[in-house]
Amino acid sequence: MTSTSFLQYCLAGVSIGGIYALIAIGYTMVYGILRLINFAHGDIFMMAAYFMIFAMVDFALPWYVSIVLVLAATVALGVLIEKAAYKPLRSAPRMSIMISAIGVSYLLQNLATYLFSALPKGYPSIAFLTKTITIGSISTSVVTFITPILTIVFVVLLMQLINHTKIGMAMRAVSKDFETSQLMGIKINRVISFTFVIGCFLAAVGSILYFTPRPSVYPLAGSLPGLKCFIAAVFGGIGSIPGAVLGGFLIGLSETFIKAAGYSEFSDVFTFILLIVVLLFRPTGLFGEKITEKV
Amino acid sequence: MSETVLSVQDVTMQFGGVVAVNNLTLEVHEGEIVSLIGPNGAGKTTAFNVITGVYAPTNGAVTFHGKQIISNFPKGKMEKLYAGENKGRYKKTLEPTPDKITKMGIARTFQNIRLFKELTVLENVLIAKHMRMKANIFADTFLLSWKEEKKMKEDSLELLRILDLYDVKDEIASSLPYGKQRHLEIARALATEPTLLLLDEPAAGLNPQETDELTAFIQRIRDQFHLTVFMIEHHMNLVMDISDRIYVIDFGKMIASGTPNEIQNNQKVIDAYLGVADDE
Amino acid sequence: MRDMTEKKKTQASIVLSLLAVVIAALLLYCVNTYTKPTFMLRTVLQLGAIYALVAVSMNLLNGFTGLFSLGQAGFMAVGAYTFAIFTIPVGSRSGVYYLYGVADWLANIQFPIWGGLLAAGLVAAVLAALIGAPVLRLKSDYFAIATLGFAEIVRIIVGSTPMNRVTNGSLGLKMIPKFPNFYFPFLIAGICILIIALLLRSSYGRAFKAIREDEIAAEAMGINLAKHKQMSFIISSFFAGIGGALMGMFLGAITSTTFNVTLTYNILLIVVIGGMGSMTGSVLSAFLVIAAREWWLRFLDQEMVIGTFHVPFLKTGFRMVVFSIILMLVVLFFRRGIMGTKEFNWNFILKRLDKKKDAKPSAGGESA
Repeated sequence: MTSTSFLQYCLAGVSIGGIYALIAIGYTMVYGILRLINFAHGDIFMMAAYFMIFAMVDFALPWYVSIVLVLAATVALGVLIEKAAYKPLRSAPRMSIMISAIGVSYLLQNLATYLFSALPKGYPSIAFLTKTITIGSISTSVVTFITPILTIVFVVLLMQLINHTKIGMAMRAVSKDFETSQLMGIKINRVISFTFVIGCFLAAVGSILYFTPRPSVYPLAGSLPGLKCFIAAVFGGIGSIPGAVLGGFLIGLSETFIKAAGYSEFSDVFTFILLIVVLLFRPTGLFGEKITEKV
Repeated sequence: MSETVLSVQDVTMQFGGVVAVNNLTLEVHEGEIVSLIGPNGAGKTTAFNVITGVYAPTNGAVTFHGKQIISNFPKGKMEKLYAGENKGRYKKTLEPTPDKITKMGIARTFQNIRLFKELTVLENVLIAKHMRMKANIFADTFLLSWKEEKKMKEDSLELLRILDLYDVKDEIASSLPYGKQRHLEIARALATEPTLLLLDEPAAGLNPQETDELTAFIQRIRDQFHLTVFMIEHHMNLVMDISDRIYVIDFGKMIASGTPNEIQNNQKVIDAYLGVADDE
Repeated sequence: MRDMTEKKKTQASIVLSLLAVVIAALLLYCVNTYTKPTFMLRTVLQLGAIYALVAVSMNLLNGFTGLFSLGQAGFMAVGAYTFAIFTIPVGSRSGVYYLYGVADWLANIQFPIWGGLLAAGLVAAVLAALIGAPVLRLKSDYFAIATLGFAEIVRIIVGSTPMNRVTNGSLGLKMIPKFPNFYFPFLIAGICILIIALLLRSSYGRAFKAIREDEIAAEAMGINLAKHKQMSFIISSFFAGIGGALMGMFLGAITSTTFNVTLTYNILLIVVIGGMGSMTGSVLSAFLVIAAREWWLRFLDQEMVIGTFHVPFLKTGFRMVVFSIILMLVVLFFRRGIMGTKEFNWNFILKRLDKKKDAKPSAGGESA
């Protein structure tokens, strides 16, 4: 491997890793607050891609208007799902909410098949994002280059929000202790909605960055990336945002290098094995908190 | 003196930097009813959890009928953090899981009742008999062990009869009144055929009349099943009535031990309890 | 006195159950004799039986032992592939493996159907034993994700190029022996479900339920958690493997995508609709769901014009949307499903009959 191709792979890995990180944040935040694996998150990511096709292909809107619309629609979808499918089960056993999330994922996939057909649909290309640029000896598309930068910017903004604003403090409180924070007068439902807003916003950004260099979208397109991003979140310790980001980058990089080594068939196998190994040796991930059950 | 059934030696249980049980040493002899008392958060339940294998102690050992069943010493991260005493005295690691301890003959109840809520009273007791079963899963599935199973059922029904639960044998456990649930928990513990019974606050949540009846009940099962009883309790009347001996702990450390009379007049015990007197 | 009536009741239940089996067999006979081979009911019943088996096997783990597993499709894939690999007639192998050829060790091995079914179950069970020990240590959600991950690993490996000469890689396997007759899936699924039912009523079954109810209490009652969870996991996988093999026979051809996550979700939703912790619920729900999905809701996929009125929404895919909305309604508003954790039993019906008998002389008087 020459140093140029090594750098090229690094950039590609960091880029896909950045997208994984953006989606993983959504998983980790929802889990932190509701203790729920939001199985529908990957499908929200897929729906965002269809929204983009709608806006740019069906309505022929310019890309900057489309992006705003996609972000808004994805956020609305996420909040709607929370209100309709998770809120009624607030006091139900955790297994029920998990099943509801699986149900939503199933519904979104079927809905996408119905609305957009099971056949892959071409993803619109945004001219300035797909342009090739050359930095030193590496040539790459703009989107690959700006993805990690955007990821870092969003993560920094998110950390500021969580550590220095009132709603951020409320989120931290709720994730520490759901019931007590409710007793302390925190409006739980607002905090949960806000969590979904952030998660879906980042998923929409991730979706645009993920699909721009790819040719097409199909109804199951979100399921595998979703699973991998969840693994990224588990890897970093679910509930921890820096953990999710680190997990995203690690999985993106390792996946890219395994593909580069000629084992592209097995890159996902590797990711899953990584998950199982991590769970066995550090069940709560790299940055996760230890939970002990009271007898 | 009769045989020592349970002997806890220098047990320290430390969670991170918090020492929940500090160098606890005590003995329970055959046929005795011994109580462990102390203010809330003194580490009583933690001590029980160590004896029943839920937690491995940080340091110390537990002996049951003269055989060491649990032993541990601080290692790994704990080696530096360890704040207890008698470091270096124990060198063996012996951490059986709770089911092994139960199999050896120590049964317990829980402070906050932990029945198999959606199963019937009879099923609750049958489950406790499961570990003594000899048939393997194939024999049991294909009804080859029907004789053993019949015996299991008969024994369980007999036990329910003795403990006045026969009439409700087909009720769902969670539908029983609270007092009956406490009885069922004890019945379930007895079904494991223990020689030592650990009761974690058996009178919690009972009304005064039920509490009075509990004294006779515990004495009755001790005699009928040849048990040794070690219990945690807050109701002082019950404790003073029933106990042969009492151990008092506060902040994880033993502060007194002796007969009910001795304990009642012990200044240290009175001091420890002053702050929580209205709690009782 | 009391025990006598109880004995009588058990005897009556057994007689009634046998009667029900005979009636079911007769009905199947009628369906087989008097319907055209292409009639939808036949397919629905056969597929329903297969789903009933895999749903019950998943329920054993998720509903009775309280282990939320999402690996069902993985074990079904293992079963289906094992079955296919060993039962595709030696003569047709060159046609099946036309691109890559068949591995030498495999070329001349052919199992009879029952041998293939047994092998399917055993291989799935062995695999479960191997991964069970580490994975079962994980707590609820993590266990779910790990099993889901495992199922994906199986799927990817089965369809990968190094397996070409065994599993035919991404091309999948075809020419899998079909059911020897109409009754075959009912017989196999029936026997398997009966075995699981016997297991659940045994002392071991009770121990599984104890683990579901309260792990800590179960362990304090002397139940070895690791051992019992492992047993439940292995047995569930064994039957999932057989279910997968039946699925392979039903379809005649399989690829690795036949067994994707959606299949697991399908089975899970059947279990939920039937009631987590109710076997009869799972069986009932399997037939209902399959009939609704494959048959009763079919019309939703066809465009329809009544007079000049073009019925809106109806087109390909609408069936599955309606179906998933129904599922969501069950999940949200009927969380306990059809049966909750209860089982269908004759006692209830017998009681009713008794009451009627008692009530007759007093001419409809309210006898409590």
